[in-house]
Amino acid sequence: MPSAEELLKAIRELPPMPVNLMEVCGTHTMSIARSGIKSLLPENVRLLSGPGCPVCVTPAEVIDAILDLAMEKEITVATYGDLLRVPGSRPGDSLQRRRALGARVEMVYSPVDAVELARQSPEQQIVFLGAGFETTAPGTAAAVLTAAEEGVRNFSLFSMLKTVEPALRALIRLEGFNVQGFLCPGHVATVIGAEAFRFLPEEYGLPAVVGGFEAEDILLAVYLLLKQLAEGQPRVQNAYPRAVAPAGNPLARAMMEHCLEPRADLWRGLGRIENSGLKLREELKDFDAERKFGVQIKPPAAQSPCRCGEVITGRLSPKGCPLFGGRCTPEDPMGPCMVSSEGACAAAYKYETVE
Amino acid sequence: MDDIITLDYGSGGKKTSRLIENSILPRLNNPALGELGDGAILPGAERLVFSTDSFVVSPLFFPGGDIGKLAVCGTVNDIAMCGGEPLYLSCALIMEEGLPMETLERVLDSLRDACRAAGVQVVTGDTKVVERGRGDQLYINTAGIGRLRFPGLSPKNIREGDRVLVSGSLGDHGATVMLARSGMAQGELRSDCAPLHRMAAALLERCPGVRVLRDPTRGGAATTLNEFVEGAELGIELEEAAVPVRPAVHAACELLGLDPLYCANEGKLLAVVPPEEAEAALETLHSFPEGAEAALIGTVTAKNPGRLVLRTRLGGGRVLQKLAGAQLPRIC
Repeated sequence: MPSAEELLKAIRELPPMPVNLMEVCGTHTMSIARSGIKSLLPENVRLLSGPGCPVCVTPAEVIDAILDLAMEKEITVATYGDLLRVPGSRPGDSLQRRRALGARVEMVYSPVDAVELARQSPEQQIVFLGAGFETTAPGTAAAVLTAAEEGVRNFSLFSMLKTVEPALRALIRLEGFNVQGFLCPGHVATVIGAEAFRFLPEEYGLPAVVGGFEAEDILLAVYLLLKQLAEGQPRVQNAYPRAVAPAGNPLARAMMEHCLEPRADLWRGLGRIENSGLKLREELKDFDAERKFGVQIKPPAAQSPCRCGEVITGRLSPKGCPLFGGRCTPEDPMGPCMVSSEGACAAAYKYETVE
Repeated sequence: MDDIITLDYGSGGKKTSRLIENSILPRLNNPALGELGDGAILPGAERLVFSTDSFVVSPLFFPGGDIGKLAVCGTVNDIAMCGGEPLYLSCALIMEEGLPMETLERVLDSLRDACRAAGVQVVTGDTKVVERGRGDQLYINTAGIGRLRFPGLSPKNIREGDRVLVSGSLGDHGATVMLARSGMAQGELRSDCAPLHRMAAALLERCPGVRVLRDPTRGGAATTLNEFVEGAELGIELEEAAVPVRPAVHAACELLGLDPLYCANEGKLLAVVPPEEAEAALETLHSFPEGAEAALIGTVTAKNPGRLVLRTRLGGGRVLQKLAGAQLPRIC
């Protein structure tokens, strides 16, 4: 692997045409901000954050439904820490606030912990909030399968699982879409494989490079994207071969397919997208929290001034948002991008760069 | 301001500051409290240092310590950071109905050992029992009194060119307790929980120019260093490459999505010293086992007033804010 200095030098030697490159993985977003890569790249190269943070792409009305569910007496919500402070459509209304008001909310580090919690609390219904893309879907599916096999019937999954491809297609079709290449998510690609991104060059003529997460990995991916653009030869390149196989991980995909099936899903900033979400298959319906508790997703309870939908589609930069750093801060967030640990606004706020 | 207290108000970060500024100080302020030090310097013939801290850590026992040891070290260290020699403690136990006697006695044994190690005595106390479900096993409050030996420590003394020292690796306690809470294997992680008063006194004796001392507990080193320059005409620049972090802490933080600079420490001190005393200060810390990994990690600058800036390994500069509000379980 070339050093950061060498990669930056190689990037500066390429033709200086103005390009927007988009990353679609929250871990990339944070790594780019933490290492200060944006301030080191030449001015003609802009890095934008796309819909890569699973918490951020979940719309306010779904958070509202979760907040209502959490208030049910027999329900304990088990969640990744990321979701605790995400507001629904009312600013300030979050799982953390609901917990302070008496809701049972437990933070877990994996769906397996949530199944264990269910085993230990037979008198409670444990609802695991499964947010994530293809990276987390197989593990979540496996946990549900374990619960089913072992008869842990007080466990259920509230699925916010989503797939990347339909969202990228919807994003590319958005009016004013202005991105010339994708830094593809290394973690998702470990499951679906680098080849899964071939639709980007083949159908849309867009370069696609799968990248890892160290500063050098990201600079290498940026260099390869720029080089493809300079040469006019868009294709898929795997710049993270130490983790990503061309065909991904067939075992993980088999687990997903065994337990989950596609459905239309709601995305913040992108609306309803056919076949973009994953729900439990009919055989596992007893573990589907939405069916078990008759969850209805209603229109947002309040009109929020939050503009996260524009941020995660690359149409508004975090600092371009009038709420950024004023009415919206990590301690008082108006939307998920400011408070999810992988949110673009959280990254821009936390990792503000100076001379 | 929120209309209810959420966990963020206990994080030691921005919301804790806001609570103190908006709700507590307007009602209770006086010259001793208003300094907002780790403890208060009391007026009188023999000047005294007075401090208090409550301990609500879960789990009660963790690698490297437990709530009893923590309750002694926390208050002893607060007094030491004010330039005081800790002498006497009070100890109040709030116990949940059903707490096993054996657990309580284990904690008390540890508390006694920590008192002996620190050379302090518990001279007054209180016990309360709350109904089952109204507390989490055991909470402890300690208050401590010490004799002021080294007056005048304050962030207000900081000058351009001063150096920032840390007495050892950062994040050990926070990462250990967080990992213990997650139920994951601990490996070589240990809380750094330890009394700091002897090392602090040696440092202040050898280096009379020390500007300020503080132990970076909740909110971590980044929050404490922010407090040093908040509202000041000066900033602090940290060298990322110089900040000591154990590989196991780094790995645990990666796993849990934490930053060692924001993780609690219970046996580390941060000192700002004039440049001419920096080497002597480092040498003094190195002469103690608990300061063996002490390092110079930063410099006070005229650039970026009021802000803490991290110079990254790639050479970029990045602002470190105070902790916004933790989703952290209770760690101290």
